[in-house]
Parts: sequence; structure tokens; C-alpha cells
Amino acid sequence: MTTTIEAPRSPYARSPRKRGVNWEKWGWIYMRVSGVVLVVLIFGHLFVNLMVGEGVSALNFAFVAGKLTTPFWAVWDIIMLWLALIHGGNGMRTIVNDYATQRLTRGILKSAILAAVVILITLGTLVVFTFDPCPAGSPADLLPSFCSAI
Amino acid sequence: MPEQAATLTSQQKTTSRRPAGTLYRGREGMWSWVLHRITGVAIFFFLLVHILDTALVRVSPEAYNAVISSYQTPIMGLGEVALVAAIVFHAFNGLRIILIDFWNAKYQKVMFYVVIALWIITMLGFAPRHLINVFSE
Repeated sequence: MTTTIEAPRSPYARSPRKRGVNWEKWGWIYMRVSGVVLVVLIFGHLFVNLMVGEGVSALNFAFVAGKLTTPFWAVWDIIMLWLALIHGGNGMRTIVNDYATQRLTRGILKSAILAAVVILITLGTLVVFTFDPCPAGSPADLLPSFCSAI
Repeated sequence: MPEQAATLTSQQKTTSRRPAGTLYRGREGMWSWVLHRITGVAIFFFLLVHILDTALVRVSPEAYNAVISSYQTPIMGLGEVALVAAIVFHAFNGLRIILIDFWNAKYQKVMFYVVIALWIITMLGFAPRHLINVFSE
């Protein structure tokens, strides 16, 4: 078996650029753009849910129902859901590409990541848009106070 | 040429055979990268669980309250401090990466210590208040 070794410092040639969209470049840009937005969204989310008032001790169904029926927080949560899951999924994809050396292992792991991201984005979006803050038959003390006015 | 001597790169200054002058090889550049990966993976897995537990609002108020009450226990309270610590580091170091890419890589080391300082300040603001909320239940 013969191996050709190039002369030192011979010019480095990239493989010719394939035609079409450079998805890796757009992924790189997405991580930075979504990252900046997520810093604002997640810091705001953590501040309102963990720092204001009694923090984590005050969280319950009524608290979440009050937030999800406020359009401002519903939009906040939807944007956070989509940006964070795609950002996280793409980060996990990068790590799998770095450490999984077998083609089959990479394929399985990346399929699992894609499935988790698609399923959870669908689930989360459906929950926000089909949410009922006053489900029939539930004890009134577990529901937000505005339910008794209906 | 004396002009050139003043602008030697770290690669030219050393007699070490170890490759140098790359951002992610060794010291602050590498450790920030390692921490960014570890915190990123941890946050991703929490995110999966957190969407599932929040989805319980669609099942029933009782189901959601049962799960969220487990987030209010002392052990989970400590876990939330760790989670917020991971998120805050990942956030500030992510902004550092953006500044390296779009502004200037020259300041990456000092920016790493700025990240650590901001992280400590944020955690000093968060952790005591959160732990009081958890342990005064």
C-alpha cells in the first residue's frame, strides 16, 4: 500500500463548494441569533417564576393558567419553546457529530434528537393553543380566581 | 526586522512543539468551551422534562400540582440552583462567544473572567432568595 504525502506547506484546497444552501452556515448563525433572544426570554422567565413574590413555592396550576391566558406570556412561551428546542437540538447534533464515530451511531442519535425536538415542539405548541384555564369539574380552589366569574 | 519581532504570534514565541495560538486549545479558551458543552447538555435534558411537566396543565390541575410540588422540595430546590447556575454560565459565555466571533478574539481571556464575575454576581442575587423561598415552606 502506498500513501502519497504532500509536500509540507503545500496550499490547502477546500473541496469545491457544493451548490445549494449552506445549512451549516445558517445553523451557525441561528445559534448566535437565537442565543441572544433566549438570554432575554429565559432570564425573564426565570425572574418572573422564581424571583418575584414567593418564587418556586407559589407555582401551581392557577399561576400557570393566569400566565397562559395572558397573550403576552403565551407568545413569550411559544417563542421560547421553539427557539430553545431548536437551539438545544442543534447543539446536541454538534456534539453527536464530534463524538460519535460510527455512521450508524450518529444516525440513530441524531434521529432520536430530531424526534424529541419535533414531538416536544408539537406537544408544547398544542398545549398553549388548546389550554383551558377553567376545566369543568375541577375544584374551584385549584383554579385561577377569574374562573368563578364565568 | 525589529518591527516584526514586536508582533510575534504566540506560535512563533514558543519553542514548545505543542500547537499554540488557537482559541480553543488549553487554558481559558478550552475550559470555557468544556463548560459550555456540559451546561448545554444538562440544560437540554432539563428542557425535555420541563416541557413534559408543563404539558400536564392540559391533563388536570391535580396532575400539574402533584408534579410541580416535587419541584418545591429542598432537594429539588438545590437542583434548581444548579440548573440556574448552568443556564447563567451558558448565557454569559454564549454572549462571550458572539463577541469573539463578531468583535475581537483578542479579549477572549479577559472576557472569560468577566463571564465568571457576572456569573458570581447573578448567583449571589438568585441563590439566597430562591433558597429562602424553598426552605421557608
